[in-house]
Amino acid sequence: MDLTDHLGRPVVAVTGIGLVTPLGIGVAASWEGLLAGRSGIRRITRFPTEHLRTTIAGQVDLPDEDPARAVCSPERVERMAALAAAEALAGAGLGGRAEQGMGFPGPLFLGMPPVEVEWPQRLDLARAGNGPAAGTYPAMVAAATGRQDLFEGVLFGGVGERLADRFGTQGAPISLTTACATGASSIQLGVEAIQRGEATAALCIGAEGSVQPEALIRFSLLSALSARNEDPARASRPFEKTREGFVMSEGAAALVLESLESARARGATVLGLLLGCGERADSFHRTRSNPDGGAIIGAMRAAIADAGLQPADIDYVNAHGTGTPENDKMETLGMRAVFGEACPPISSNKSMIGHTLSAAGAIEAVFSLLAIRDGVLPPTINHETPDPAIPLDVVPNVKRPARVRRVLSNSFGFGGQNVCLVLGAAP
Amino acid sequence: MTETIWITGLGLVSSLGEGPEVHRAALADGARAGSLPVLDEAGFAPFPIHPLPALDLDRQIPKKGDQRQMEPWQRLGTYAAGLAIDHAGARGLVADMHLIVAAGGGERDVALDEAVCAEIARLPAAEAGRVLNERLASGLRPTLFLAQLSNLLAGNISIVHGVTGSSRTFMGEESAAADAVRIAAARLAEGRAKGGARIALVGGAYAAARWDMLLLYAASGQLWRGAWAPVAARQPAGGGLVMGSVAAFLVLETESHARARGAAGIARLGPVRTAAARRRGADTAEASAARLAEGLALRPGHAVLTGATGIAAPLAAEAALLARLREAGPAPGLLRHTADLIGHGVEAAFPANLALGALAVQAGAAPQALVTGFGAWRGEALALVEPV
Repeated sequence: MDLTDHLGRPVVAVTGIGLVTPLGIGVAASWEGLLAGRSGIRRITRFPTEHLRTTIAGQVDLPDEDPARAVCSPERVERMAALAAAEALAGAGLGGRAEQGMGFPGPLFLGMPPVEVEWPQRLDLARAGNGPAAGTYPAMVAAATGRQDLFEGVLFGGVGERLADRFGTQGAPISLTTACATGASSIQLGVEAIQRGEATAALCIGAEGSVQPEALIRFSLLSALSARNEDPARASRPFEKTREGFVMSEGAAALVLESLESARARGATVLGLLLGCGERADSFHRTRSNPDGGAIIGAMRAAIADAGLQPADIDYVNAHGTGTPENDKMETLGMRAVFGEACPPISSNKSMIGHTLSAAGAIEAVFSLLAIRDGVLPPTINHETPDPAIPLDVVPNVKRPARVRRVLSNSFGFGGQNVCLVLGAAP
Repeated sequence: MTETIWITGLGLVSSLGEGPEVHRAALADGARAGSLPVLDEAGFAPFPIHPLPALDLDRQIPKKGDQRQMEPWQRLGTYAAGLAIDHAGARGLVADMHLIVAAGGGERDVALDEAVCAEIARLPAAEAGRVLNERLASGLRPTLFLAQLSNLLAGNISIVHGVTGSSRTFMGEESAAADAVRIAAARLAEGRAKGGARIALVGGAYAAARWDMLLLYAASGQLWRGAWAPVAARQPAGGGLVMGSVAAFLVLETESHARARGAAGIARLGPVRTAAARRRGADTAEASAARLAEGLALRPGHAVLTGATGIAAPLAAEAALLARLREAGPAPGLLRHTADLIGHGVEAAFPANLALGALAVQAGAAPQALVTGFGAWRGEALALVEPV
């Protein structure tokens, strides 16, 4: 295969992958659980759940996590991102050990959620400020003054800076959010940097760690979450008739992207190729797609065209598939518009790991590569009552062997930010 | 880089007002003795801030329903984005316009936070979690969640102005904006044949009148307290930053695209370079910026618009860089700590300084503008703005 693509750009290879999901820490544990059709959703035990409409989530227990200490989102995001990145870099054999003077030769693109001072911290500050003004912002400001740890911990650039420091990536780390498309956007930015010749490699991460009370309540207030609390493993039901919302989850994925030329030159194992990226924003509504599906369809078509392919070249679609009534209906519309009567199989990893939000696009890109590598489609579990409005092959309940050469991975975000990736087999 | 990039539209709002004229005048008059910026020194005492000007929101956000879905930060950014699109005469091009926003977080419900904190601070820790859930479940407004989400400034720009080519939101304070401009320009410069874009909207906004953000920056110990003073005058007392309400969006466009539609360039965007020193040991902000400056083609009399926050260490690094450039290269002309005019606008600071630079070269006030960014905690950036 050529080292440049149909537009004359460097071909982008994946030479390292790392995963942290509710099914396990590491690629092997997560992929094994996914192929077994195991659910990673369970009751929330990390904090009290009284008065919450939803009391289930996908949760990752950090190694050595102390249940008595509240770990806030930025720290969770950073630790999971670091675990995934370390695995990806070890697999790629491409530096990433800054303390040993072996930095990574390219930039860091980190997809992550917005972070802020959270309730455990805010309540500590409120308790520290005694007297009648306790709990007011001026009193909390006085209590917080000089807390450099709080400042650095909650700055938007903080997590990326610490990861860049640890792994020795080059240049300013780029942190980004496009809601539920964030992980895919981080990959897209890495692909573009390599295509433009700015870098020969990029470390792309998507990480999420927002399973905490306020985030759960916020999503509940948007009526976005499943409240099937009594049976957590069966709560996430993408494309199924009785679906009623997504299940919040957390995790991280990291991909080492590299120009195929660079990977070849150093004899690296190529896990697959990033063939194309497409994006399209929606201007219709803050939480809903335009009923015409224009932005979703546009992003899917743009990704396929960017890869220099036709829809018929796609063997499998890794769905956005959140399990909300709205998303799955719109994704079905997009599939029919792009692929016509001959839709390829589509399955949703979220049926097992829940919706990992900022991590989802990156985690699902890794699963897409594994589907190509192992020739198997992961299932959509909890498929009990088919929805007649969804005439798609969703690989119901059980994995399926298949020859998979090219995968379209969909990510559609709140706020109308849609990103699709096309991944392909190693040449 | 194959295509030349023009700045064809500016949307600039600060405590001074909105639009090019008021800002061009302030830039020219900056050194005039006795001129004071617009300040609110009482509302968030002991911290002075630069407040938002009165905005006729209906002009850029015509639907009241859209205005209600946002809080001041998103409204400010959405408003300024619209000014930039209008200024570029690009209303008809929004469907294929690419968007990169540098965003912080949206406003919290401060009254709810305070009520919950006051109640729970007095409760035994064992009861706190249960009561917190109850208060939040009944007190949080659904619309506020969307108003808080960082990517929803971009989302609102898509909804209100129809910008749908693509949408990306960078996070990471000052340097997020510098990288947003750098990457938007690179994507335009690579040309359409390589999958690039031809027109983009890039920028950020910051609303200073917010206790939730003051809490974060106060934690660093770096917020200026008491009566306002210019950046230089703060240094003997240890330095400090004064938050400014600022929004700045730029319409960037390939020269060929602008010419084809008969659009005038305000200025040409030269190199945009970014880095992030660890600011530890030998890996200093000064050394990082000096590497960025290597080979920059500075012209005699170039204006310097500094992104100095007022914090001592990065200001010293910037001063050292500028001294080094003076020694090695042509003499600069006008130098402005723009934080003295409009305060420090975090994610809006770098785009605002680019906008001011574009206004300066367009007016012939300088043959070129060097824009610097030295983030409060991390991030170094340099850019050149050239005449068309």
